[in-house]
Amino acid sequence: MRMHGGDVAIVGAAETEEIGVLPDVSMIELHAGAARRAIEDAGLTAADVDGVATAGPPAMEVSHHLGITPRWLDGTMVGGCSFMLHVRHAAAAIAAGAADVVLITHGESGRSRVGVPQYGMNPASPQGQFEMPYGAVLPYATFTLPALRFLHERGMGREDLAQVVVAQREWAAKNPRAMRRDIVTVDEVLAAPLIAYPFTKDMCCVVTDGGGALVLTSAERAADLPSGARAVYLLGSGESAEGTMVSQMEDPGSSLAFRRSSAEAFATAGVSHSDIDHLMCYDAFAHVPLYMLEDLGFVGRGESGAFVAGGHTRPGGSLPMNTNGGGLSYTHTGMYGMFAIQESVRQLRGEAAAQVPDVEIGFVQGVGMFFAASGSLVLSARRP
Amino acid sequence: MKPQPTPETAPYWEGARQGELRVQRCGECGRHYFYPRPACRYCASRDVRWVTVSGRARLVSYVINQRPMPGMEGLSPVIALVELDEGPRLMTNIVGVEPTPENLPLDLRLRVCFQDDTPVFRPEGAAV
Repeated sequence: MRMHGGDVAIVGAAETEEIGVLPDVSMIELHAGAARRAIEDAGLTAADVDGVATAGPPAMEVSHHLGITPRWLDGTMVGGCSFMLHVRHAAAAIAAGAADVVLITHGESGRSRVGVPQYGMNPASPQGQFEMPYGAVLPYATFTLPALRFLHERGMGREDLAQVVVAQREWAAKNPRAMRRDIVTVDEVLAAPLIAYPFTKDMCCVVTDGGGALVLTSAERAADLPSGARAVYLLGSGESAEGTMVSQMEDPGSSLAFRRSSAEAFATAGVSHSDIDHLMCYDAFAHVPLYMLEDLGFVGRGESGAFVAGGHTRPGGSLPMNTNGGGLSYTHTGMYGMFAIQESVRQLRGEAAAQVPDVEIGFVQGVGMFFAASGSLVLSARRP
Repeated sequence: MKPQPTPETAPYWEGARQGELRVQRCGECGRHYFYPRPACRYCASRDVRWVTVSGRARLVSYVINQRPMPGMEGLSPVIALVELDEGPRLMTNIVGVEPTPENLPLDLRLRVCFQDDTPVFRPEGAAV
């Protein structure tokens, strides 16, 4: 049994019943609410789960809250793409026999801030000494920082950021759970209030409350579950990181971590770009999908803007991308990666709000802690 | 937010107090590097020494922040990534210029200056 190639399956996938503004639910209960729904979706019970992975609270806090005594734990925390890494690590554990049924949870009261730890900055850390004193603290003033260089090097402009928003809003308009659902024009996006030039409000993600969870097991066991016909198989994966400081990226116009982790995901899956029917690109801000389209190799250097503006990622396009509306329009609790995986699973199962026809293979690309970390998954509706 | 030097970074902040921008240079591969640490980030050599650099740089990228963190309203809204002539890139603020995109073309030549014992940069020729 291998970790890749379809020997491990996602058999349960669910978000909290509600997402958006949830002032009456604490962070830990967002984890638990999503977990119960994912376990039920798999046709299993909490007693079947022997592995737990999460980011944020300690994995043992989540497992204890759910009444699970795990024999495998993973608390890998690399920001918003932690869950891509959890899927990858869970697959390795299942293939190695270290766990049989792994639960991966996310829950974040990102908007209402109920039951969350206090945000603490360490003034002695590298960021605390060399980035934060300049005001580079919150994501909209830090994660966004390399974007002007990316655009400048390619002869692109702010309209290219706006086009990402316009394209994804077309998907969000079809999704009743999306936070921002109004169709917008490039001019409207550019005229929205400035948050941090060149970014306007619509180019920045929504801030929400919500949770999501996944249940993984072997493809063999999946076949015996009531959810077996809806199982989604892991073909390949990759992870990488480039330190925690935006200012120290090897190239501000390209992410080394995206390039490394996506290349490994393609290589382990044994598929090429033309095999991908559906793409999720973690979009905390509008420039990130442009970096990803190029760094993952779906388009050449400098071609991402024209690709999006040309409608290729929109409904009916050749590479449907961020079909839930993305972090920009659907939801963004703080660590959006779980929701990108959820949408990929829904599309592969044929259960999405804005369903793309005939999705066989999906690619999910995550990013964490600004441009620090990267996680990539290749998922399939069928076991090869 | 005040940076809190560690034993490994203290010479950098000591330099800033004296109006000097200091980084480390590797004796093995010859490259300047940042942020400060006891071994070269490129070749892992521990044959490194502190040098005072020219303070000349170019503007790599920036944002003009409209929503400063509470308590940080006094900073320049221009949060920038600059590249020193010696190679290292660092985060900073751009001062001495009206914060508009027109005034901040990428690759603009910059000079270091110091505010509150912290290195910041201004366009070459702009008043301190």
